[in-house]
Amino acid sequence: MRRATVRSVEKTAAGASLASSVNAALAGRSLGGELAGSDVALRRLLSGLPGVDQVGAEARAAALATRSVKRESKLRALELAIAMIDLTTLEGADTPGKVVALCAKARRPDPSDESVPAVAAVCLYPDLVGIAHRQLAGSSVRVAAVATAFPSGRASLAVKLADTREALDAGADEIDMVIDRGAFLSGRYGQVYEEVRAVREACADATLKVILETGELATLDNVARASWLAMLAGADFVKTSTGKVNPASTAPAALVMLSAVRDFHVATGRRVGVKVAGGIRSAKDAIRYLVLVAETAGEQWLNPMSFRIGASSLLNDLLMQRSKQLTGVYAGHDYFTID
Amino acid sequence: MPERLPGAERPRSGRLEVHKTYKLFIGGAFPRSESGRSYVVSSAGGRRLANAALASRKDARDAVAAARAAQPAWASSTAYNRGQVVYRLAEMLEGRAAQFAASVAAAEGATARASRRIVAASIDRLVWYAGWADKFAQVVGSSNPVAGPYFNFTIPEPTGVVAVLAPQVSSLLGLVSVLAPVVVTGNAAVVVASEARPLPAVTLAEVAATSDVPAGVVNVLTGRTGELAPVLAGHMDVGALDISGAAPDARPDLERLAAGNLKRVLVLEEDWAAVPSLRRLRAFVEVKTVWHPVGI
Repeated sequence: MRRATVRSVEKTAAGASLASSVNAALAGRSLGGELAGSDVALRRLLSGLPGVDQVGAEARAAALATRSVKRESKLRALELAIAMIDLTTLEGADTPGKVVALCAKARRPDPSDESVPAVAAVCLYPDLVGIAHRQLAGSSVRVAAVATAFPSGRASLAVKLADTREALDAGADEIDMVIDRGAFLSGRYGQVYEEVRAVREACADATLKVILETGELATLDNVARASWLAMLAGADFVKTSTGKVNPASTAPAALVMLSAVRDFHVATGRRVGVKVAGGIRSAKDAIRYLVLVAETAGEQWLNPMSFRIGASSLLNDLLMQRSKQLTGVYAGHDYFTID
Repeated sequence: MPERLPGAERPRSGRLEVHKTYKLFIGGAFPRSESGRSYVVSSAGGRRLANAALASRKDARDAVAAARAAQPAWASSTAYNRGQVVYRLAEMLEGRAAQFAASVAAAEGATARASRRIVAASIDRLVWYAGWADKFAQVVGSSNPVAGPYFNFTIPEPTGVVAVLAPQVSSLLGLVSVLAPVVVTGNAAVVVASEARPLPAVTLAEVAATSDVPAGVVNVLTGRTGELAPVLAGHMDVGALDISGAAPDARPDLERLAAGNLKRVLVLEEDWAAVPSLRRLRAFVEVKTVWHPVGI
């Protein structure tokens, strides 16, 4: 039961050939790339991935969700989760004032308690990046921008690249791009790969997170393939969802992605991060994801450089649960900011 | 031996009696305790009546969360409407008077006649408070003469979530007398039922669930008062606390916990049979005074 899901690639015969073909693919890329634009080569590689046992993945995720984290461990988990948050606002009604308030909260989540860590980043639409960049100057909090025609990704590559550059010019440290799910689902892997590559190049030193939108990918096999595709094309993070599609982040999809980054690390030595986003509102959910990370990818992923949680209202719940742990009485909504 | 009432019969002729398992009432639903615990409820004469859920602190937390979610909409409904809902509760009680009389007789060891009187008094008490719903603001509120160009007026507003430790002895009349004033003024209630006599409270919850009381406005927990009271007294989302049902030696600690977020605390032991005063209606409202400029 413990390894009922995606088998580690290095442990299987299929995995050995996969690892060699991944390395060949990466080598090819650095040479200028036969992989580039080749649907056939990519399809051969991605369909060679070990299949995902969907029932097993769901059972494993459900079993891990029952784990109880208490007292000192819970306090540590809550603080770790706070440090992993990409504090997000992606509304049509976002105003400069709201972004300023969000940035203040990101720097110091609990104004009455200095010991609460700052969050990892704020996540915004590109036109608001400039405001956030100025507000967060001198802090550890990074600015992430959703780019490439978020959330649908339905625009030409030129528009997507312009969107990305605009965000970077305004001071974004991280880019959250969406893949073209239509192209992926119709088998045009080459096109998806090329787009991620192009955005990767535009990003230069900025961190690139690739949103797979698992809610639209239909199967967990597709989630594994999209994860590998994004990682091969140079993603620093693979991210579950935009938060605009239901279902957003689910535990089985996250489990598959965490297995994929672990296997990619084994095959290539490069550590790709995972970001879960959408519908994570309670501290309990966040802690379940941390358990999933530790048990699937490993504890080396349990830091803000390798795992992120995209959320907005989650932060208040984490702060309230932390307060409960420290004071012994249940916290009240009236004592935390409205956002 | 009091005369037999329906529902209080002993098994006859080989038929196996179906014992009811009573559950909690949280957010309009009837969950078992999160802890999975239950306890045996006995009649005043020591006969086993039923199993009731033994609520844990997490059930108390869930009940407060449900109450908090329901309270703003309840407070913003019109006072007239709140009165109608409480009146509806009285109507429903009337229709199930026989069941409540049996339940009270078993719980309190009262005679059939006395328990029928208690149920009638409970129904009348609900009607009394229902009538006050759209009148007490006129009595408690005022327009104030001030030396300045202002129209100055004072109105009562609900406190929010009120935790109520129901009376331990009077299982129905006492319960109704402490619950009704909390909800007619626009608060949401988390009630800890009498520890030894919880069944009338759960039956009242079943009445509330099938009348027009919005989910979460009334929540009923059964279990150890001494275990649940400190959790509710310390909870920062609870705005006020009625500790009349707590043991006298437990009250100072509860008041200290309640001071954490300056909860209003009510300790008021009364004769439930007597005509109530407005004290309970006043106990869980905040007074808001508005200075409205005039003539500018």
